[in-house]
Amino acid sequence: MSKDNQILEELTSKEYEHGWSVNFEADEAPAGLNEGIIRWISAKKEEPEWLLEWRLKAFKTWQSMKEPEWANVHYPKVDFQALKYYSAPKQTKKPKSLDEIDPELLAIYERLGISLNEQKRLQGIAVDAVLDSVSVATTFKGTLAKLGIVFCSFSEAVKEHPELVKKYLGSVVPMTDNYYAALNSAVFSDGSFCYIPKGVRCPMELSTYFRINAANTGQFERTLIVAEDESYVSYLEGCTAPQRDENQLHAAVVEIYAGAHAEVKYSTVQNWFPGDKEGKGGIYNFVTKRGICAGDHSKISWTQVETGSAVTWKYPSCILKGDYSIGEFYSVAVTNNYQQADTGTKMIHIGKNTKSRIVSKGISAGKSQNSYRGQVQVMKRADNARNFSQCDSLLMGDQCGAHTFPYIDINNSSAQVEHEATTSKIGEDQIFYCNQRGIATEDAVALIVNGYAKEVLNQLPMEFAVEAQKLLALTLEGSVG
Amino acid sequence: MSTLTKQDTFQSLLDSASSSFAPIRTQAKETYLTQGLPALKEEEYKFTSIAKKLESKIQEFKSALPFAVSKEDIESVLFEGFDGDVLVFSNGKYLPELSTSPEGITVSSLSQAENTPLGSIAKPEKDAFSALNLASFSDGLFISVPKKQKVEKPILLISFNQANSGQVIQPRVWIEAGDFSEVTFIDHSISQTEDPYFVNKVVEIKGGLNSHVNYYRLQNESKNAIEVSNIHTDIFQDSRFTSVNLSLSGDMVRNNLTLNLLGSNSEGNMYGVYLLNGKTHVDNHTNVDHTIPHAESNELYKGILADQSRGVFNGKIFVRQDAQKTNAFQQNNNILLSEDAIVNTKPQLEIWADDVKCSHGCTVGQLDEEALFYLKARGIDKNTATGLLLYAFAGEVLEKIEEESFRSYAISLIQERLGSKF
Amino acid sequence: MLSIKNLHASVEGTPILRGINLEVKAGEVHAIMGPNGSGKSTLASVLAGREEYEVTEGEVIFQGKELLEMAPEDRAREGVFLAFQYPVEIPGVSSTNFLRTALNQVREYRGQEPLDAVKFLTLMKEKMKLVEIDQKLLSRSLNEGFSGGEKKRNEIFQMAMLEPTLSILDETDSGLDIDALRIVSNGVNKLKSDKTATIVVTHYQRLLDYIVPDFVHVLYKGRIVKSGTKDLALELEEKGYDWIKEEVDSATAV
Repeated sequence: MSKDNQILEELTSKEYEHGWSVNFEADEAPAGLNEGIIRWISAKKEEPEWLLEWRLKAFKTWQSMKEPEWANVHYPKVDFQALKYYSAPKQTKKPKSLDEIDPELLAIYERLGISLNEQKRLQGIAVDAVLDSVSVATTFKGTLAKLGIVFCSFSEAVKEHPELVKKYLGSVVPMTDNYYAALNSAVFSDGSFCYIPKGVRCPMELSTYFRINAANTGQFERTLIVAEDESYVSYLEGCTAPQRDENQLHAAVVEIYAGAHAEVKYSTVQNWFPGDKEGKGGIYNFVTKRGICAGDHSKISWTQVETGSAVTWKYPSCILKGDYSIGEFYSVAVTNNYQQADTGTKMIHIGKNTKSRIVSKGISAGKSQNSYRGQVQVMKRADNARNFSQCDSLLMGDQCGAHTFPYIDINNSSAQVEHEATTSKIGEDQIFYCNQRGIATEDAVALIVNGYAKEVLNQLPMEFAVEAQKLLALTLEGSVG
Repeated sequence: MSTLTKQDTFQSLLDSASSSFAPIRTQAKETYLTQGLPALKEEEYKFTSIAKKLESKIQEFKSALPFAVSKEDIESVLFEGFDGDVLVFSNGKYLPELSTSPEGITVSSLSQAENTPLGSIAKPEKDAFSALNLASFSDGLFISVPKKQKVEKPILLISFNQANSGQVIQPRVWIEAGDFSEVTFIDHSISQTEDPYFVNKVVEIKGGLNSHVNYYRLQNESKNAIEVSNIHTDIFQDSRFTSVNLSLSGDMVRNNLTLNLLGSNSEGNMYGVYLLNGKTHVDNHTNVDHTIPHAESNELYKGILADQSRGVFNGKIFVRQDAQKTNAFQQNNNILLSEDAIVNTKPQLEIWADDVKCSHGCTVGQLDEEALFYLKARGIDKNTATGLLLYAFAGEVLEKIEEESFRSYAISLIQERLGSKF
Repeated sequence: MLSIKNLHASVEGTPILRGINLEVKAGEVHAIMGPNGSGKSTLASVLAGREEYEVTEGEVIFQGKELLEMAPEDRAREGVFLAFQYPVEIPGVSSTNFLRTALNQVREYRGQEPLDAVKFLTLMKEKMKLVEIDQKLLSRSLNEGFSGGEKKRNEIFQMAMLEPTLSILDETDSGLDIDALRIVSNGVNKLKSDKTATIVVTHYQRLLDYIVPDFVHVLYKGRIVKSGTKDLALELEEKGYDWIKEEVDSATAV
């Protein structure tokens, strides 16, 4: 057996670190999807009538749509009637402060390395912790409120700030946008809401940590970030799920609105359970993320490190409507074993002098398939639009695949669009070279992969970058040789 | 539309071919007659219809005779600071009496080196014009650099072209660089008239083991000239070949540059600048063939296009199945200075090996308005600022020229063309 | 220092080395020459521990230890340095970062304190002069976009940094023009001492004008078929390898 195979073997026997689950009593919707379930969810969350109407409309839209098949991923169809659409840990009474939260729930997050205890946290990050369908805790709410920043669970926002939710919900990702967005609009359970008022620079990183615990349950969270004119926020998202034999569906929607001169950074470290080495189980991650640079000189920047999920279908996009607005997309997508990822971005240039930058680094190992799909669209009025795209693929072993599907659609002759692509193979050569200089194999892999992904990792906030680096090394450990 | 056909056009040229290299010529003639000139829609000449151009510009399809070149003519075109040997051509004919002889190197006319395997590198079946040249060239030049010879001074090949009634000039050069040899050539074509003429040039270069060959080329032809050149190079193990091609004028110019990497650890570099105005049309077709493992090729072509000029770039990198561990890079960047200028760029990668590192990219854009504004805001006038930015754009290629006097000359020439001195 | 006894190695079942015997003492320079495919680079790779070569017979003792038992990184830490025929590119990892990682792991193995950034840079500056390498090059990704000459120079620079006891130069000369060859050879010569040894693998005699060997060995069909002084290299340069091939082939035919 060659070293390559031997090491791949070792890797595939590597366990998913967050594969455990906890038993506790849960409030669950019965399996299946129909109008009744939607009414049940809405009632459970004590939602106003307009939101129920909105959900029902989305459900009708979804029923009229077909599951998309254009992505370069193959998986058995999801049986939407077999899923449960709501699951929440039973809490006897609503906690009024962090101290009242069930210690068992806090323990789950402690175990994931996410402390919800404000004293123990680094001062720099506020966390909204979402377990299955509900938000269990949000930290630093008080501190942020003093600046007029709203950071809370989506359900709470519906109750406390209905006018804001009503104004922006579905304004960036309309319910009709695509199959999964429609589904999410109908059944979304919870998520984070964040509002930065005009002229405010959010002093700490805001973060949501998503955890799926319950079995046979879909997670459909909804995140809405509104950054008013001249404001700034950096937002982080992390996620894990237990190791289960069956596939679980995660269909989230993230909407970002950026006013004039506002800047939003959205970073994701996605580590959903990827399935085992035979390709059994794992999360279907079908996510719609989109931001609109509505005001002039606004900027939205997406950074993602994707290491988990069995199937990923995700294109964080920017609508560059304001003149001089900027969209960025930095991505590292790692696939191993039987994972499949079809991910990329859309940059839609509408305003004048708009700029976009795409840096995509794919790493494929095992028998996985990794596709980059990116669209750069320059509309007729978008004078002097600029785009730079770089898509690199790194292959490990010879049983995986890397694919690049760039779409470039230019309707204005003053546009400057650059596209660069490379494909390379990490091999025994690089490892041996490091070995020969005295560097051990493990360190060599970390060195090489982090070097390759550096441009993207540099975009992440410091604490996250370290975590992402470790995650990359862990996911790929031994897959090179 | 009556397009030129293979029989009527160059028949007299083919019939009056010299008697040297008879067997090779006969075969090439056959190849040419079977193939004919590239038709209008042919993929390889899609954007560059030489045949149509010839029809409209050239009246007499016969060899241009050499004309008198004086020592002063030569002096007047030497670059400042140039210290090397000079080989002089008039309408494609080598003039030994006006040339100097580089020390330790064999230089002769091709007719005196009849064992030369002409057409073995620039294969006539690959290109009709190459076949035409092989069948009907008058005489050419043979250069051989012996083994281990480091030629310290550059060798300048000056071609004076001037053919009043639009005749045909067919230069042909054979260069062989022995194992471990190091040599630099500067190929400078100039015309002091604005006559139409047709240059059909072929250069074959063979680089031996661990040889280092630089081939710099400056095309400064009459603005009515039509030119097709075929420069084909074979290089072997541990060797390096670098080509820098500067195209500044002509009516329609087509450069076929082919590099065959035949030995491991060989390195081929192809760089070019085309700086075009008026109605000049320049087409650079490059072809790199990676046949063996562990070789590297780098390619960077930059174009600046004004008025109604047109630039075509077609770069093909071919990585054969055996050519594992290949590194191949290709980049073509263009700046359009007018709405009527056109660029057609087509980078092509054909990869049959699985452990390689290849990349290609191309850009077509305008001058960076923000950068221009920034310079203007610092008090620099528009022309100077434009020139400065364009020069910065082209500079990356010019830096690849190692020979100092030529690099300075090329820089000054391009700066002058860009409309300002700085 | 190094003692190779009856070394046999094969790749994918095909024997390449068929019984190599070689003694290298401290202070010596050995040149290994031979036609393409004779096994020169295989020998270098086997000594450094490249995985695709399987050692089927024989032993290698390096400073009293069984070299073949050790992992490649431990051989490096023990003081074996291979200057690669094709130095490997590692995008995104600067030469500086790479070398610091390497040097500190080597130091850790030898029970030395890791070098802090300042000390490391001071050492680097000192060694850079040796091979006339530019600092700008070292802040770029390792070997990426380096010219052939720069890659080879970088190998010798790494050698200077890691201070090996046994240096194996695998075709370090090929592809170099004469000026680069001089710089590289000068670097190697300055690093030689009576405590270190050098094995120079090359198929061109040219290098040996600059790095003068004490012994020249000719490898053919996986064996050392002739040994001599530097005059042997000159003889090979003049006559080629054919006469040796004939000598060997006729002897084995009998």
